[in-house]
Amino acid sequence: MKAIITVVGKDQVGIMYRVSGILNEKHVNIEDVTQTILQDYFTMIMVVQIDETAASFHEVDEALHEMAAKQGLSIHVQKEEIFDTMHQI
Amino acid sequence: MTIYKDVLETIRMIEKENLDIRTTTMGISLLDCFGRDHKAASERVYDKITRLASRLVETANEVGEDYGITVVNKRISVTPIALAAAESTEDWLLYAKALDSAAKAVGVDIIGGFSALVQKGCTPSDESFIEAVPYALAETDAMCSSINLGSTKSGINMDAVMKMGPMIKKTAYLTKDNNSFGCAKFVAFANAVEDNPFMAGAFHGVGEAENVINVGVSGPGVVKDALVGMEGATADEIAEKIKQTAFKITRAGQLIGREVSSRLGIPFGILDLSLAPTPAVGDSVAEILEVMGLARCGTHGSTAALAMLTDAVKKGGIMASGHVGGLSGAFIPVSEDRQMIASAEEGCLTFDKLEAMTSVCSVGLDMIAIPGDTPDDTISAMIADEAAIGVINNKTTAVRVIPVYGMKAGDKADWGGLFGASPVMEVNQFSSSAFIQRGGRIPAPVHSFKN
Repeated sequence: MKAIITVVGKDQVGIMYRVSGILNEKHVNIEDVTQTILQDYFTMIMVVQIDETAASFHEVDEALHEMAAKQGLSIHVQKEEIFDTMHQI
Repeated sequence: MTIYKDVLETIRMIEKENLDIRTTTMGISLLDCFGRDHKAASERVYDKITRLASRLVETANEVGEDYGITVVNKRISVTPIALAAAESTEDWLLYAKALDSAAKAVGVDIIGGFSALVQKGCTPSDESFIEAVPYALAETDAMCSSINLGSTKSGINMDAVMKMGPMIKKTAYLTKDNNSFGCAKFVAFANAVEDNPFMAGAFHGVGEAENVINVGVSGPGVVKDALVGMEGATADEIAEKIKQTAFKITRAGQLIGREVSSRLGIPFGILDLSLAPTPAVGDSVAEILEVMGLARCGTHGSTAALAMLTDAVKKGGIMASGHVGGLSGAFIPVSEDRQMIASAEEGCLTFDKLEAMTSVCSVGLDMIAIPGDTPDDTISAMIADEAAIGVINNKTTAVRVIPVYGMKAGDKADWGGLFGASPVMEVNQFSSSAFIQRGGRIPAPVHSFKN
């Protein structure tokens, strides 16, 4: 299942490392990444493929949120469909 | 990839602008539950609701998590209970308690449908229902009630309107320890819609299917932020922007609604896009009017601004969803809108201006606290005025006023949570009594004869 992960937070060492570490652990394949610093805020968007035989959407979501809470980051994991539906006719 | 721009826009809507799915409401038909033995019938009501809605809350939460949009409220609407044809307050209370405990058992916020449709006349059973409403509201927590008193096709049932004043005042008295909160759970309608997912006026119409999922989407904050920075734009440019924003919000709701309905295996009914404010910062309809250029909501120009907003929201919503229904437009509940409360406190927003605004918003006089000693007939007259606006203009109108027991104009009543707090507003001191006491029926307007 395709999902979009959005990470926003104060720029700090190791954000990318922590996020991709969890994704690796859950067998989630990263298909595309974009990141930028907007007014001191690290903003990263990832397009990923979740292999639900390895870990469910819910498990990936939970693991990322747990890490984000510790690091003071805001993270969203959403199915891709929401963006297509909202922004395309 | 263009998707990144869309992703950031969506995240901003969710995080900063309070975009959410306001309610997923399951409509349940109870027609097969009613019968002569009201105790047995009320047990069938409880059993049917708890059986059909057992997975509603869990499923709506799951879908919300998958798409990253919170489904704030999970609710149930049922067939108007007055069709049960009971004849005593005792029997009506059996149904009220069955609804209330079923709602609590399945974990929904509110259940609506303790309702009667008396737009043309009352049966003896409807009359006893109206007498039971105050007790039902006082003795339940999660149950909402509504009565439809008029329609464009049938005119206004003034005999029933006359009964509303005393009924509302009694409810206020019975719930006086809680700032007359019972009145916040009751709506008097004209042209009530059968598929409205929003409370307190939701019920599952008799023309509806056995079981449906209706969705209510909101998002005044998103619309407001879209207009910030449009200084110098003309009215039509603003209308266009509102339309585009309404489209996006509606699409999100449509996706969630369809997903909830498919996971539960229940048909999708309608999507209602109504800008419904909450007391949260940045979730206000009044603020949209202020961004449009009015110093305060309620000043001259507010009706025009609100008319444009309501219409543009409808247009965007209709384009975005195959089945737009319910009320779809903008709500103006005073106590639930931070900026509206402020405007009322400053004396800018008055009762009469609110009445004018209801002729172009999607519902009516909503969540307005009035003095506890307001005469019964004055309350009935407010309802008659509002019903007339609806009946003549072919739209839904409603009245939800709270005559707060023991309070005077200028005091402040606080109900907490989504219901918010409201300054008690002044009402006209001159009597409407002789007019209301005439009773009878205001005939249907001429444009109802289109058959």
